[in-house]
Amino acid sequence: MFDYNFHWRAAFKALPDMLDGALVTFETAALSMILGVLIALCLTFMRMGKQPILRGFAAAWISIARNTPSLFQVYILYFGLGSFGLHISSWAALLAGITINNAGYLAENFRGGLKAVPDTQLRAARSLGMSAPKAYRLIVIPQLLRIVFYPLTNQMVWAVLMTSMGVVVGLNNDLTGVTQDWNVKTFRTFEFFAIAAVLYYLIAKAIVGLARLLSWRLFRY
Amino acid sequence: MFNTSFTWNDMLFLLDGTKVTILLTLVSMLIGTVIGVACGLFRALLPRASIPLAWLLDVFRSVPLLIQFVLFNALKSIAGLNWSAFSVACVVLGLYVTAYCTEIVRSGVLSVPMSLRRASRSLGLTYWQDIRRIVMPMAARVAFPGWVNLLLSVMKDTALVMWIGIVELLRASQTIVTRIQEPLLVLCIAGAIYYVMSLVVARLGARLEARWQEND
Repeated sequence: MFDYNFHWRAAFKALPDMLDGALVTFETAALSMILGVLIALCLTFMRMGKQPILRGFAAAWISIARNTPSLFQVYILYFGLGSFGLHISSWAALLAGITINNAGYLAENFRGGLKAVPDTQLRAARSLGMSAPKAYRLIVIPQLLRIVFYPLTNQMVWAVLMTSMGVVVGLNNDLTGVTQDWNVKTFRTFEFFAIAAVLYYLIAKAIVGLARLLSWRLFRY
Repeated sequence: MFNTSFTWNDMLFLLDGTKVTILLTLVSMLIGTVIGVACGLFRALLPRASIPLAWLLDVFRSVPLLIQFVLFNALKSIAGLNWSAFSVACVVLGLYVTAYCTEIVRSGVLSVPMSLRRASRSLGLTYWQDIRRIVMPMAARVAFPGWVNLLLSVMKDTALVMWIGIVELLRASQTIVTRIQEPLLVLCIAGAIYYVMSLVVARLGARLEARWQEND
C-alpha cells in the first residue's frame, strides 16, 4: 500500500523560506484585520445613521461580503478590476479581498455588540457634557470592543486561514505560495503541505493564546 | 459596448457548475452532520473522555481548507487509493463540517438545563429516552441557527475545491473567462448565483426557525 518514500529532509531544507512566508501571511492577516475593524466600525455607524444612501451602501457591502465566497471576492478584485484598466498585484487583491470579507463579518458582530452596550451609558456620557463623537470614542467603542473581543479573535484566525487563497491568484511569497513554489520544484506535495499545515496550526494557536493573554491583561477589573 | 460573447451555452455551463457546488455542499453537510451529531453528543455527555477528540477536530478548524484539500489529495495518491477528486473533496469537506458541527451540537446539548434532564429522569425515562425525547429536540432548536450558518459557509467554501481540479461554479466561470475574456461580467454572474443561493438558504432557515419558535 505504501510504496512511497517520504523525503522529509528536502522539506525541512525549505523551512526557513516557509517561515518567511508565514511572517508574510501573518502580516497580511493582521493588516487586513486592522483595516477590517476600522471599516466595520464605519459600516456599523453608517447602518445606524439616517442617511439612506449610506445605509444602503453599508447594507449592500455587508450582504455581498457575507453571501459570496471570499475566493470570489479576491477573484473579482484581481481579474474583474482589469476591465476598468486597473491592474493590481495579487497581494493587493488578496489583502483587499480579505479586508472586504472581514469588514462584512465584523460589522455584523459589531451590530450585535452595540446592542449589548446599554443605552444609558451613552446618555450618561452625554449628560456629563461629552460631545457625541467623544462619547462614542471614549465610552461606547471601548465597551463594544470588549464585547466583541472573542469574535474578533476568531475572525483573526479566519483571516490567517483566508490568506492561503492568495496562491490561487498567483501570490508566491506567503506561506501557501512558498509551499506551492517548492512543491512545483520538487513534487514532494505531501511533505511540504504537511509542514505548511503545521505552521498554520501553530499560527492559529499562537493567535488564540495571545488573545487569551491579552484579554487577561486588558479585562481584569 | 454592451454586446457580449456570453452565450446561453456558457450559462448552462455555469449552471452545471452550480449543480456540482450544490451536490458537494449537500453530501459534505450530510456526512458532517451525521458524524458531527455523534461527536457533539459524545463531547457534551462525556467531556473528560472526549478531550482527545476535541484536539483532533480543532486541527481541522485551524488549518486552511485549501491545504487540507492538497494534503488529502496527496495522501490519497500515496496510499494508492483510486478515488475521484469529487470523493476526496467530499471527505475533506465532510471532516471540516464535522469539526464545526461538533461544536454546534455540543453547545446545543449543553444549553439544555440539567434540572430539566433530572426532571425527565425522575419521571421514569431511561437515560437514552431522556437524550432522545428531551435533550435532542431542545438542543436542535438552539443549534439550528448555527447549523444554517455552517451550511452557508460550507457552500461558499466549496469554491476552494477548484484547486484539486473539480469544475464547480467558480471554476466554470474561470473557464469561460479564459475563453471570452470578459472577466467582470462572468464573475458577476457567478457571484449573483452564489448570492441568490445563500439568500434562499438563509430565508428558508429563518422561516423554519420562526415556525419552530411558534410551537414552543
